[in-house]
Amino acid sequence: MRNVYLDNNATTMVAPEVRDAMTPFFEELWGNPSSIHTFGGQVGKYVEEARERVAALIGADPSEIIFTSCGSESDNMAVRGAVEAAGGYPHIITTRVEHPAVLAICRYLESRGCRLTELGVDSKGQLDLDQLKDSLRADTAIVSIMWANNETGVLFPIDQIAQIVKGAGCILHTDAVQVVGKLPVNVRETPVDMLSLAGHKLHTPKGVGALYVRKGTKLNPLIHGGHQEGGKRAGTENVPYIVGLGRACDLAAVNMKEEMIRVKTMRDRLEDGILATCSDVRVNGDREHRLPNTSNVGFEYIEGEAILLMLDEVGIAASSGSACTSGSLEPSHVMRAMGVPFTAAHGSIRFSLSRYNTDEDIDHTLKHLPQIVKRLRELSPFVQQVGARRE
Amino acid sequence: MWDYTEKVIDHFRNPRNVGAIKDPDGVGEVGSLACGDALKLMFKLDDQQRIADVKFQTFGCASAIAASSALTEIIKGMTLGEAEKVTNKDIAEYLGGLPEQKMHCSVMGREALEAAIRNYRTGESATTELEGRVVCTCFGVTEDEIERIVRDNNLSTVEEVTNYCKAGGGCGGCHGEIAEIISRVRGEPVQVEQPRPAPKRITNIERIKLIEETLEREIRPRLRQDGGDIELVDVEGNRVLVSFRKACAQCPAAKFTMKDVVEAPLRQFVSPDIVVEEVKP
Repeated sequence: MRNVYLDNNATTMVAPEVRDAMTPFFEELWGNPSSIHTFGGQVGKYVEEARERVAALIGADPSEIIFTSCGSESDNMAVRGAVEAAGGYPHIITTRVEHPAVLAICRYLESRGCRLTELGVDSKGQLDLDQLKDSLRADTAIVSIMWANNETGVLFPIDQIAQIVKGAGCILHTDAVQVVGKLPVNVRETPVDMLSLAGHKLHTPKGVGALYVRKGTKLNPLIHGGHQEGGKRAGTENVPYIVGLGRACDLAAVNMKEEMIRVKTMRDRLEDGILATCSDVRVNGDREHRLPNTSNVGFEYIEGEAILLMLDEVGIAASSGSACTSGSLEPSHVMRAMGVPFTAAHGSIRFSLSRYNTDEDIDHTLKHLPQIVKRLRELSPFVQQVGARRE
Repeated sequence: MWDYTEKVIDHFRNPRNVGAIKDPDGVGEVGSLACGDALKLMFKLDDQQRIADVKFQTFGCASAIAASSALTEIIKGMTLGEAEKVTNKDIAEYLGGLPEQKMHCSVMGREALEAAIRNYRTGESATTELEGRVVCTCFGVTEDEIERIVRDNNLSTVEEVTNYCKAGGGCGGCHGEIAEIISRVRGEPVQVEQPRPAPKRITNIERIKLIEETLEREIRPRLRQDGGDIELVDVEGNRVLVSFRKACAQCPAAKFTMKDVVEAPLRQFVSPDIVVEEVKP
């Protein structure tokens, strides 16, 4: 059966080039870079090389890159590290549509006595920047606002946000896990203080991430116990994966421009095709300001898990903000924050593409999806009511 | 990824008895689009008062569709007396089991069946009106329903109750009450948390300050999660006048919110005799 993977915001295929770059570090070069002997010590230079590559992709200095185990660790380190460096129980600003890795640590810190402001979004998923301005206080230790939303792909105007936050003398962290590798990022032009990225969203295996920390930013470590990463993140380096991340950043830098045009073309064809062939469908999020690879579509009157399982039967992998898929009873916090009607939130499906998708993948999806929607609507008690109303 | 049995997958892929019946004898409708699943069940009886034909329409996930399909297969050919003895457990067992978090799908089947039988016998509307005291305002689950689910399925934790009927799966404000119901049904002593004693003999200014603090710390975060907000308008003795903002202002469940989310914490943290009243802006 054809395998069509349209869930690249969840994780991505390991690039063969990345795998090849990692292999020697499982076979010969498995020493500890902190060792004094040549066998271990020689590995250190590959870690530094990887650091340069990651830095180059986002316009940073290599000394500003800290390797972590994942995007969630980077997010936790940024928020908690800044709050602890500020001391006391400072104020934190974030948004209601953040990834749980940011939202949960912010709410945890709130439960420990910090003050938290969660900025809402409008129906397109966009922030009110005046509200951000008004929320900044003298004791605001950190503002953490994502660059792109993982569910809808909506891009926040991070340049304007940086102007506002930096203008007030505050620290700005951005979760850029969904952006790095998909769109150009340059921390020299976009003056964020910290930026999280995760390897497996740009074709490394799961288990490696990084946090960019601008020179001079006060940050306490999350993991204590070693001198690694300049004392900012203890733990023996995950050398093969760090090397893999370096290679993945290289590939992204080389391929980004051309691929994003190709990926966007495929995404648009998929979305336009769905809108043309299925009724009672809406695109969730700001279509003008979106990642080029993501489409979040709400199918009214049917439920997301049922759609996903039927897609799965024909080899198509996607994901949903429906309540049932997550095991919780309410639809995704992002859909709710945007005020997406329940009728469409329960039936919202996210398609996210990568450079490994092909036109045939889109053809295959457009061939099967309308039938699946039709079949589930035949089962739904609401469709007849809707039909009846219209007649 | 859910661990569905082959039988669940089979009934999801090939649901039996889908559709509607012309001139049905009984119709039952439960659930809603907002809740994430809904089932419309209808049957027709033969001259021996047996269920000759039964059809369903379901909005919901794979297990909701499978549970509806299973229900129709179970009750086909039964008398109404036999059918009303069918429990949610029978539906789950017919499917070789359901994941714990999906047990509410089997409960939805039983509820629709009951509504349809009631509709046939009494001519009452096919949709179930909430009767009795509502415990979970997010999903509209009553005390009676929770008691029954705890008894039928021998449940012992709040989490299990949420899995079986969704109660407690939204804001979480009713967890304490659900725990009390479980204890009552199971005949175990209730462990009620002692409310923090309110400070005694405070001035009116201190009182208003305490109310503002409680609003900010305990109440606003929960309202904001759902896009709402609240403003303190005035305090007159034990009367606290507030005004809902944003999403709360249009929310049909606001009167429940007022009691559970606003009044309860103020009574706990400020004074037990507080009465909150809404003032329209």
